[in-house]
Amino acid sequence: MASDYSPSEMMAAVAARELSDREVVFVGIGLPNLACNLARAIQAPDLVLIYESGAVGAVPERLPVSIGDPSLVTGSLMVCSMADVFQLFLQNGKIEVGFLGGAQIDRWGNINTTVIGKYDKPKVRLPGSGGAAEIAVHAQRVLIISRLNPRAFPAELDFLTSPGQRCKGKTRKELGMPGAGPVKVITDRGILENDPETGEMVLTALYPGSTAEEVKANVGWPLRVRDHLGQVAPPTAQEIDLLRHKLDPQKLFLG
Amino acid sequence: MESKVVAMKHAIAAHVRDGDTVVIEGFTHLICFAAGHEIIRQRRKDLTLCRLTPDLIYDQMIGAGCAKKLVFSWAGNPGAGSLHAFRRAVEKGAPPLEIEEYSHFGMVARMSAGAASLPFWPMRNYMGTDLPVVNPRIKTVTCPYTGEELATVPALNPDVTIIAAQRADRFGNAQVWGLLGVQKEAAFASKRVIVVVEELVDQSVIRSDPNRTLIPGMIVDAVVVEPWGCHPSYAQGFYDRDNDFYVAWEDISRDAAKLQGYLDEWVHGVADRAAYMEKQPELKRRLTAKAQMCGGVNYGF
Repeated sequence: MASDYSPSEMMAAVAARELSDREVVFVGIGLPNLACNLARAIQAPDLVLIYESGAVGAVPERLPVSIGDPSLVTGSLMVCSMADVFQLFLQNGKIEVGFLGGAQIDRWGNINTTVIGKYDKPKVRLPGSGGAAEIAVHAQRVLIISRLNPRAFPAELDFLTSPGQRCKGKTRKELGMPGAGPVKVITDRGILENDPETGEMVLTALYPGSTAEEVKANVGWPLRVRDHLGQVAPPTAQEIDLLRHKLDPQKLFLG
Repeated sequence: MESKVVAMKHAIAAHVRDGDTVVIEGFTHLICFAAGHEIIRQRRKDLTLCRLTPDLIYDQMIGAGCAKKLVFSWAGNPGAGSLHAFRRAVEKGAPPLEIEEYSHFGMVARMSAGAASLPFWPMRNYMGTDLPVVNPRIKTVTCPYTGEELATVPALNPDVTIIAAQRADRFGNAQVWGLLGVQKEAAFASKRVIVVVEELVDQSVIRSDPNRTLIPGMIVDAVVVEPWGCHPSYAQGFYDRDNDFYVAWEDISRDAAKLQGYLDEWVHGVADRAAYMEKQPELKRRLTAKAQMCGGVNYGF
């Protein structure tokens, strides 16, 4: 067990533990990519990594800087068009796990990656959806990764880019969304989980050294806390060794 | 049949006009910067620029004043930060830029509809979100068979689409390997098509491996042979992505004057892509791809 580790290393390790062998994962750049490759090196050697750029069964030899890195192609199982990615894989229900992040996340796991401020006159123009909106609709389950801070977890989103458990009062079922939506939010202090009864994200587990009060102070809505909070184990020596020495030695994403 | 091979400046002069709807596609891979630079050099204006990821090339074209409107689905600098010319335009109106925004699936669906000569494309998407609120062109239709309500996006039929490929023959039969993006749909949806290749090959090379042909010559209007035409994007098997330049763009694009300085030196200050490459000979040493050949297959019968 490692005693000296960064919040990003912890988040990557926690996300990796969510993945089972042979699952089909839609991979994003940054921590999700590290988590998937960490899982592949430990408990899930046959995890199938699909990138929205069209690489299926990718086995990147170097850390991909972008989602269309050439190392995702070399040695992969298949390279298909983006029409195939979105229609045959995603809309057709073949993606089991999708990873998402965002500038703002609300209590239902809805995500904003579009604007801070008003759409027509934004304070900050963010990149937009990319593939996130459809991943949120179609992946069988979604894992959100985000550091906690009050601006990132507001009571109200400035813009709803990707749907969570409830959008404007309606459930996913009422809206006709096939996937289960966000089931967990992996933060830098603990894990929030979807309460299937209400659709709300509830604090269910803490990392070593964190308290529920700290988490609540960083969330803009009255966060519910599960009665018996889980304790998440810190990264193992193996996880740390792989992350630091093999997967991201230049600390591109593990700052 | 007559050869369609022309120089880049002639291809752009003949096929890209002020006010056109222009697509330069390529998802990270095979983004034709050489064509974008020539459009800037020829000072085209009032263009409607469409791409899933505007990337650095459209940021440069926005900074150069070529764009009236941007149609897109993810406007960031992949792996490195923001597109600051785009952000200045949207956040501060400097200069004004109309935007029309979708998700990746939405843009792919628009091009699929255009390529299939259909008026729209249905999909399960956008329910409960704000994208249809700010973009009224995202609508819904009721399925006549199941009664399900589906999202729809309108066909995109560009005036001109520019596709980079590893190789083509002189009639425009173009072969691509590595990431394929949405190039085939974009090309079939377009009124005019320019293919820009790393290598011109004899038609016998194309015919030896027909499954690798992405764009058939019958829909191609011009073929441009432009080695390193995608830098700082990449061409699988030819050269790697110049991630250092993508990182550097964060700093260049953040300052409008610095961005103009970049355009003056690297776009207006060079006659063509060959001159651009001569100015930075170290690129070939740093980025040339190593060989990893595939085995080949038996096409016999």
